[in-house]
Amino acid sequence: MAQTNSDTTLYAKLDEFIDSLQTKQGALIPVLHKAQEIFSYLPKEVQNHVAHKLEIPSSKVYGVVTFYSYFTMTKKGKYRVSVCMGTPCFVRGADKVLAKFESELKIKAGTTSEDGMYSIDALRCVGACGLAPVVIVNGKVYGRIQDNDVEGVIKDFLAEVEA
Amino acid sequence: MNPTRLQVLICGGTGCISSGCLDVETAFMESLEKHGLTDEVFVLKVGCLGFCEQGPIVKVYPDNTFYVRVEGKDVEEIVVEHLLKGKTVERLLFKDPETGERYFYYKDMPFYKSQHRVALKLCGIVDPEQISDYIGVDGYQALAQSLFDMTPKEVIDLIKASGLRGRGGAGFSTGSKWEFAYNVKGDKKYVVCNADEGDPGAFMDRSILEGDPHSVIEAMAICAYAIGADEGVVYIRAEYPLAVNRLRVAIEQAREYGLLGKNIFGTDFSFDIHMDLGAGAFVCGEETALLNSVEGLRGEPRIKPPFPAVVGLWQKPTIINNVETLANIPQILLKGADWFQSIGAPGNSGTKVFALAGKINNVGLVEVPMGITFHDIIYKIGGGIRGGKKFKAVQTGGPSGGMIPVKDINIEVTFENLLKAGSMMGSGGMIVMDEDDCMVNIAKFYLDFTVEESCGKCTPCRIGTTRMYEILDRITKGQGKEDDIKELKSLGETIKDTSLCGLGKSAPNPILSTIDWFLDEYEAHIKDKKCPAGACKDLVSYVIVPEKCIGCTICARVCPVNCIHTVDQTVGKNKKLHVIDQAECVKCGACLPKCPTKAIILE
Repeated sequence: MAQTNSDTTLYAKLDEFIDSLQTKQGALIPVLHKAQEIFSYLPKEVQNHVAHKLEIPSSKVYGVVTFYSYFTMTKKGKYRVSVCMGTPCFVRGADKVLAKFESELKIKAGTTSEDGMYSIDALRCVGACGLAPVVIVNGKVYGRIQDNDVEGVIKDFLAEVEA
Repeated sequence: MNPTRLQVLICGGTGCISSGCLDVETAFMESLEKHGLTDEVFVLKVGCLGFCEQGPIVKVYPDNTFYVRVEGKDVEEIVVEHLLKGKTVERLLFKDPETGERYFYYKDMPFYKSQHRVALKLCGIVDPEQISDYIGVDGYQALAQSLFDMTPKEVIDLIKASGLRGRGGAGFSTGSKWEFAYNVKGDKKYVVCNADEGDPGAFMDRSILEGDPHSVIEAMAICAYAIGADEGVVYIRAEYPLAVNRLRVAIEQAREYGLLGKNIFGTDFSFDIHMDLGAGAFVCGEETALLNSVEGLRGEPRIKPPFPAVVGLWQKPTIINNVETLANIPQILLKGADWFQSIGAPGNSGTKVFALAGKINNVGLVEVPMGITFHDIIYKIGGGIRGGKKFKAVQTGGPSGGMIPVKDINIEVTFENLLKAGSMMGSGGMIVMDEDDCMVNIAKFYLDFTVEESCGKCTPCRIGTTRMYEILDRITKGQGKEDDIKELKSLGETIKDTSLCGLGKSAPNPILSTIDWFLDEYEAHIKDKKCPAGACKDLVSYVIVPEKCIGCTICARVCPVNCIHTVDQTVGKNKKLHVIDQAECVKCGACLPKCPTKAIILE
């Protein structure tokens, strides 16, 4: 895939980080963290680039990326809806909240809408159990959400960004 | 001396930040400025105070007043009434949901009364981003004492004598673990802090790192001195940005003060720490999987023995302790092994932090002496079951643990008793379930978690948990078969016997334990195709009680699939009775809360 100008800057940023490392031993996971921070996700091209820079096989990079749930190979939406599915949230109805988001936004958890507007993720515990069930949209926390609050949450985050 | 007259402490744990404590902080700053009080009142954001349910929490010193659920709009009143006039704002005090009584001081509150804070001692008292606060309360004194007055062997003997056991799961003696690494000859050793808190619903390690990071740094340095290590790693979840940040600040400050780095306190002891971010894999809480992850590999467990104390990180002797275990160490050194032994139960000295959550009134972080009963935790501290519902079970040990049913509510909480009851201590999640929770569905929930988190190395865990999940899924959908329970038990036992690491060895526990205690619920699903708790969607139907229906049409209007029709029967004020077409109903539940006469029920 051809690199655009903005891509080139991003790759340069990543290279700068990799070159600043004292050792490449055990550096793969920190490098992938940085790469995801820069690119927001880890497509094949980025993985190949990392493999090349660290002088390890691409298969090893792919193996690590797919092993850890924090790393993602799909681009997230403009609005990132994260529903906590820790046990305390689950027993207070997070599964119904997640299902409601899926039906309202017409996408499944773990995917992004075709227009790139929304993505939904089921999160492991965020540890804000006092507010269970918890939903986080682009960093904003919505606590004690029930399935019939979902429409309100969507309206709220859409308004927030437009305003 | 601090020239300020009053101090306002705002809880800055993740729970309170999520419920808006940053707005409260800003509001205080603005209001104090407005009233010209900035020199008299000192505002401080502290670590987790534990009572997450009532967050954001604000404490006012020296009066020691404890305000709960404070919002930005309440701040002006606190400033005017309390800080200026000295009058407590009573409506913001904690109100007991049972008795209606309001509490002025946190020590009188039932939530805090039975607690004993050791690991959380300084959380909510010191400013986690100021090393001077920690030093002001004897911080790094224990490290100095070890370096100047004790040999490494004496440190190890003291920790052994205290009876401290690992707080991350299995409860192995911390002192003995250190001794293994001490006895191995080697030029390079490591100390690793396991802060990969993956158990859903457990957040004590995060709270300690957010509220009192220096106690963990100090403990790691003490361990390093004891075993002869010079390098430390904190393996921490990337999902905990606040803890990562506070720890980073703390490590930098400790370096500036010469408490990390070369020749600490001018001795020949050198030790430094760096952080490694985890990337969201539950199995990495297992110590050998964690080591692989630090080395940049997939987090698959290694075969033990050799144990990490002998062959660990980069093949060198390594001690891996969890955050809560470490947080106890400085105080054991300062106060002695006998003091620590005096807390808790025989063979289970000290305290344990539990994250109390689920269907309970007082959700939060509680630290209690070992040996306390579940009854005391749930009813005295937790304030009983939410909404007056009936208690069904309490789950401990997360995806590796099991259910403690009503009949065992009076057992004393110790490592051994929990194992005997078919559960385990784990990292300290304690999730309370009530009559509305279906035990089969909960078992399925935990198994869904382990299926996803199984690293795939061992076939019994990889394939076996998937097979168990399929069976449970079938049961909750009303397609259970006669011998499913037998099959689940046999698969469960095989997975436990033949998996390499703790994840596989314990993954069947939530299922086996619910079968043990709630067999009748499984049978109801399988034989009668009924979910007694009404939680399994496929086994319940929404029905309108004709006697209660007033024909208002609200339910028909909210139904997304238009399956609520009228029939030719008059109800209410000349309206038509509504019925739900069971063949078309998708069981979304949208109608249920909308009915003004509560005519819609679950059957």
